[in-house]
Amino acid sequence: MRHRKLNTKRLNRSLGGDIFSIAVLVLFGSFMVLPMIYAISNAFKPLDELFMFPPRFFVRNPTMDNFRDLFLLMAQSWVPFSRYIFNTLFITAAGTAGHVVVASMAAYALEKHRFPGSKLFFSIVVTSLMFSSVVTAIPNYLVMARLNWLDTYLSLIIPAFGYPLGLFLMKQFMETVPDSLLESARMDGASEFRTFWTIAMPCVKPAWLTLVIFSFQTLWGNTGSTFIYSEELKTLPYALNQILLGGFARAGVGAAVVLLMMIVPVTLFMVTQSSIIQTMAKSGIKDD
Amino acid sequence: MSAVVEKAVQPVQGKTVTFRSRFENLKKQVWKNKISYLFVAPFGIIFFVFTIIPVVVSMGLSFTYFNILETPKFIGWQNYTRLFLSDDVFLKSVKNTFLLAAITGPIGYLASLMFAWFINELPPKIRALMVLIFYAPSISGNVYMIWQVMFSSDAYGYVNSTLIKLGIATEPILWLQDPKYIMPVIMIVVLWMSLGTGFLSFVAGLQSIDRVQYEAGVVDGIKNRWQELWYITLPNMKPMLMFGAVMSITSSFAISDVTIALAGMPSVDYAAHTVVNHLIDYGTIRFEMGYASAIATVLFLTMIFCNKVVQNLLRKVGR
Repeated sequence: MRHRKLNTKRLNRSLGGDIFSIAVLVLFGSFMVLPMIYAISNAFKPLDELFMFPPRFFVRNPTMDNFRDLFLLMAQSWVPFSRYIFNTLFITAAGTAGHVVVASMAAYALEKHRFPGSKLFFSIVVTSLMFSSVVTAIPNYLVMARLNWLDTYLSLIIPAFGYPLGLFLMKQFMETVPDSLLESARMDGASEFRTFWTIAMPCVKPAWLTLVIFSFQTLWGNTGSTFIYSEELKTLPYALNQILLGGFARAGVGAAVVLLMMIVPVTLFMVTQSSIIQTMAKSGIKDD
Repeated sequence: MSAVVEKAVQPVQGKTVTFRSRFENLKKQVWKNKISYLFVAPFGIIFFVFTIIPVVVSMGLSFTYFNILETPKFIGWQNYTRLFLSDDVFLKSVKNTFLLAAITGPIGYLASLMFAWFINELPPKIRALMVLIFYAPSISGNVYMIWQVMFSSDAYGYVNSTLIKLGIATEPILWLQDPKYIMPVIMIVVLWMSLGTGFLSFVAGLQSIDRVQYEAGVVDGIKNRWQELWYITLPNMKPMLMFGAVMSITSSFAISDVTIALAGMPSVDYAAHTVVNHLIDYGTIRFEMGYASAIATVLFLTMIFCNKVVQNLLRKVGR
C-alpha cells in the first residue's frame, strides 16, 4: 500500500483526471446551456436581428418590444388572456395541493403501517413507473367521458392526484421519520390522522417540496388539449402554443413566449434544488 | 391505535384451512387495519381509475373494432395481425422507436451518471449551478423548438450558415426534411433533454455515500477513481441506478413530442415516425380506437419487458 494521508480531502484523484473531467463538463455544459442562452437572447432581439443573415447568436440592441407585443396580443385575444393564466394557476395549484396530501397519506400508511396488500399495492405503483402515460391516453378519454368530466377542470386536476412518482418518492422518504416519534404521539392520544399531519408531515418537508415541484412541472406544461374544448377553460400553454404557431409574423412574440414558459419551472427548481436533491437521495428502487 | 399489526394473512398452522375461514381471517385483518386502508384509499381509487382501469381497458379494446360512435365489436387477434403483418408504417415506427431507444436510452443514462459523477467532485456552489445547467433542458417546456431554428433548412439556420461559412457545405442541408438526417438530429435533441429525474437521483445518490467507505477502499488497495467507481460508488448506488434506468427506458420509448415539433406529423417518408406517433395518428386523428389500443398494448408490454431485462442486468453491477 502506498503511503497516503487518509484525511486529505480527496482520495484517488490525479491531476490529469481532474482536468479531463472538468474539460468534459465544460464542453457538454456549453452544449446544454447554449440553446437556453440563445432562447433568452432571442426574446430580447428586435425583429431585424431575428432575421439577420448571417444569424447572430447574441442580441446586439436588446429591446422589450417582444414582450410589449405579447401583452398587446394578449389584450386582443378573444377570451381575456388573464383567463388562461387563471386556468393554469388554478389547475396547477389545486392539482399540486391534492397530489401532495393524497400521495403523502398513502405513502405514510404504506411505510409506517403493515397491512394485507400494502406490499402488493406498492409494487403495482412501482411497476406503473415503468410505462409512460401515453399508453393509457385513449382509455383515459373514455373514462373521462363516462364520468362526465370532459371539458371541466376536474379532468386535469383529479388525475394529477394519482401520479405514481410522487407516491413512490414520498414513501421512500417517509423511512427517515423515526417510528419512536410517531409512537410517542400515539401514546399521547393523537389520532392517526393527527400523527400523520402534525408529526410526520413536518419531518418530510423536503419530500413534499419535491412533489410540489414535480407536479407543478407536469401541470404547468399541460395543454389540456384532449379533455378541454371550451376556449374559456383552456390553459396558458395552450394559448401560448397557439401564438407560437403564428410562424414568421409572430417570431418575436414567439421568442418571448418560449422564454416565459421556460423561466418559471427553471426558477422554481433553482430555489428548491437542495430539498429536491435531499429527497432524491431516497429515490432508489430497492431489490427485494 | 397501534398500527403496527402482524403481517398479512397467516393461517393457523397444522389445521386444514378452508377457503371460508381464510376469507373470514382476511376480513378480520382488513377491519383491524381499516385506518390504514382509509389512508391509502384516496390515492388508491384515483390511481385505480386513471391508471389500472385504462391499462386493462386498453388491452380489452385491442381485440375489438371500435370507432367511439358504435359499440366495440370483438375481432380477435385481427388488430395484431394487421399491425405486424400488413402495416408497413407501424413496422417502420417500431424500427425508429427501437433505434431511438437503443441509442438515446443508454447514452442518456450513462451521460447522466458520468456528469453526476464529475459534478459531485466540484465545490457545493458550482455543483448546484452545474446541476441546474444540465437538468434545465428537461424541464423548460418547449425550448426544444429552438433546435428547429438551429437546424432550419434554409441558410438562416445556424448549422447551415456555419457549414456554408466554413466551406463544408455549398448549399443548405434539409436537416428536418431529408430522411437521411432527421433521425440523427432528433437524437441530438433528445439527448440534450435526457438528463431528467434519473440524473437528479444520481446526483443525490453520490452525495449520500459515506466517505468512510472511500477511506476504507484506499486501505484495501483501490488505486484510482475508476476502481473506486466500480467497487465502491456504483454498488452503493444500485437502487438509484435502478430508478434512473426505469425513468430513462420509460421516456425513451415514449418519444413523440420532439419528433412532431421538429419533423412534423407525419414526417417526410415517416423517417421519424415513432410508435407513439402512430398511436396518436390512429387514436386522435383516425379514431380507430381498437387499433390504437393494440399499439398501446404492444408499447406497454415492450416498456415493461425492457425494464425487467435491464433491472436484471443492473443487479450484476459491482460483482
